[in-house]
Amino acid sequence: MNDFWIILTASLVAINSALLGSFLVLRKMSMIGDAISHAVLPGIVVAYYFSEDKASIFLLLGATLTGVLTSLIIDFLSKKAKIQGDASIGITYTLLFAVGMIMISGWMQGNVDIDLDCVLYGDIALVNMDKVIVDGNLYVGPRAFYIEFLGFAIIGFCLWIGFKGFKLLSFNEDYARSLGIATGRWHYFLMGLVSLTTVVSFEVVGAVLVVGFLIIPAATAQLMTDKLKPMLLYACGFGILAVIIGYFTAVYFDVSITGSMVSVSTLIFLAITVLKRRKRQTKALLKSSTDLRG
Amino acid sequence: MNSFIDFISFKDPNVIYVVLGMVFINSSSVLIGTFAYLRKRSLIGDAVAHSLLPGLCLGYILAGEKDITYLFLGAFVTGWLSTYLVDYIVNKTKVKQDAAIGIVLSGFFFFFVVLLTYIQKNAAGNQGGLDHFLFGQAAAINKQEVMLFAIVCIAILLSIMIFYRWLISVSFNMDFAASMGLPVKAIEFLITSLTVLAIATGIQALGVILTAALVITPAAAARFWTHNLRWMLVLAVSISVISGIGGAYVSYIKSGMPTGPWVVLFLSLITLMSFSFSTRKGILASYLKARKNKAKILHENILKAIYQHHEQLEAEGELDYSLMSSEILKIRLFDTTELLKGLRNLKRKGFIREDNKMFSLTAEGKKESRRIVRLHRLWEQYLLKRTTIDTDHVHAGAEVIEHILSPEIERELEIELGIEGIPKEDY
Repeated sequence: MNDFWIILTASLVAINSALLGSFLVLRKMSMIGDAISHAVLPGIVVAYYFSEDKASIFLLLGATLTGVLTSLIIDFLSKKAKIQGDASIGITYTLLFAVGMIMISGWMQGNVDIDLDCVLYGDIALVNMDKVIVDGNLYVGPRAFYIEFLGFAIIGFCLWIGFKGFKLLSFNEDYARSLGIATGRWHYFLMGLVSLTTVVSFEVVGAVLVVGFLIIPAATAQLMTDKLKPMLLYACGFGILAVIIGYFTAVYFDVSITGSMVSVSTLIFLAITVLKRRKRQTKALLKSSTDLRG
Repeated sequence: MNSFIDFISFKDPNVIYVVLGMVFINSSSVLIGTFAYLRKRSLIGDAVAHSLLPGLCLGYILAGEKDITYLFLGAFVTGWLSTYLVDYIVNKTKVKQDAAIGIVLSGFFFFFVVLLTYIQKNAAGNQGGLDHFLFGQAAAINKQEVMLFAIVCIAILLSIMIFYRWLISVSFNMDFAASMGLPVKAIEFLITSLTVLAIATGIQALGVILTAALVITPAAAARFWTHNLRWMLVLAVSISVISGIGGAYVSYIKSGMPTGPWVVLFLSLITLMSFSFSTRKGILASYLKARKNKAKILHENILKAIYQHHEQLEAEGELDYSLMSSEILKIRLFDTTELLKGLRNLKRKGFIREDNKMFSLTAEGKKESRRIVRLHRLWEQYLLKRTTIDTDHVHAGAEVIEHILSPEIERELEIELGIEGIPKEDY
């Protein structure tokens, strides 16, 4: 039963991340996802400082706003201050992360309940410690699962109603703007969702793991198809596959579960890359041989 | 104040090591980072930093202890592999560079997490403080490490001095370098190796995540002040070293404060000031310049409108009429508050005088308004005679260019078109 809940919770993380990650990868903004996942740290610390509870609505709001703020700062640096795009990403997230670290060591000296390791790497093996129990004895799953499920519901709903907007934004931003769509608003909406995913997941799997799940399955899916909807499905599929294989590998070798999941995800990506290349080469070879015969 | 004197006089021998360590580490990373910035590959440093970690673990597993040679070798191999992988993914698949960096970065990092738990569970004794590399331990730099950092720093400095020309050509224009017959592959190998070395020292002090700041931020800040690469290198190193010492000072006076984050905070602060106040490309400077330009355009348009008013009354020879601001609005549609502001400024500059809400041109103003109308019409004539633009389109072009035509171009237009005085036709 333990295994089941861990895999289920991690799969939800993978699905949430894969859905949003596909849009990030298509928009060539993967590293902004990386930046947001690091930069929510001060938001988490501030919200935690005031609410003293890891699951409060303040935490969700505070950290999500920090994520949006991150993308605002990045845009400001690259558009107004004319710093190169990737440099402005690097400057922004290192600054915010540093601020978060200083806050932790400054404010939280006596309060070790929120520590860096936990925020960054989480511990999915402990998911079952925090149970939701109904009527005193009916166990209906770990709390993290329900938080993730809430996240999934929000993201699913937003993607469902805004699918057209996100699609246009990803494939042709200029065209979208010429149609009179407020692309800026959609952009920050997407960024807000990305930070929401990071925040709901940080406790379960750690903020950094989200990056792996945001980018890797989506990039693998991009290798498989040119269409958006299949890409989203592929991305979710690869994410879940990595979760399941990663979990059992981790149990077998007795190593970190989250680490193993992302490692497996990377291996899947590399395997697909090599397979795709091999296939293309064979095709080219076949073609040249028939050409010769013809 | 006492603690400050204690700090700068190195009363505590640890302070010497930390400060020296900061100087060497920051210089190494910045020297590399400046070239990475110019090559628009800043975030590669981030990927390298993350990928060094599994190498450290592998080195540890192979050596069975925390042997610095094995650790360094392991880190060097995986660090190198990461840049190779990023390039491979970008060149051979349709995955773009940002996603490739993200994949390599998180892939290597979580391979590290796996290895770390493996070591914790299987290796005898301690895991040698391997997890210190996550957040860095600038305050714990010892003598041996300072020696190592110094050697790395000097090696990087020497390589840059020796291969300076090559590095410049590869950084600014790879194709050009290749066409010159330079060994581009070898230079890239050199750059990658130096990057791995620099970041391997950087993560000891600042940790994996913040090391990216050492590589990226000083270069970005220095770029605001100079276009000269040598000066940029010197400036970036100074900014970084000052921030490093600043961070060391804060953690010295306030125990429990981590050094690394403060270094990053100082770095970001200097960058913020650079892009705000830089006289070259700073936000403040460009804002002031834009405001000045806007005012100039407004003033010139008002003077032009006054001229046109006289022209309607066929009095452009003298330009002596006084007119109300509402009459200017009839000639050309200004924003009313803008117009009043412009008139006030023109009065202050001595181009017009005001008498009971009636405005008239001074001698200076007459000259200026003739100049601007003349530029406008010269350009219209030029467009008509030398290009195929229609009569109803020449006005728009002239409207823009009249504000920036220099006296030299005015003279050339005169000679080209053979026109003296102000052309009558207005389009």
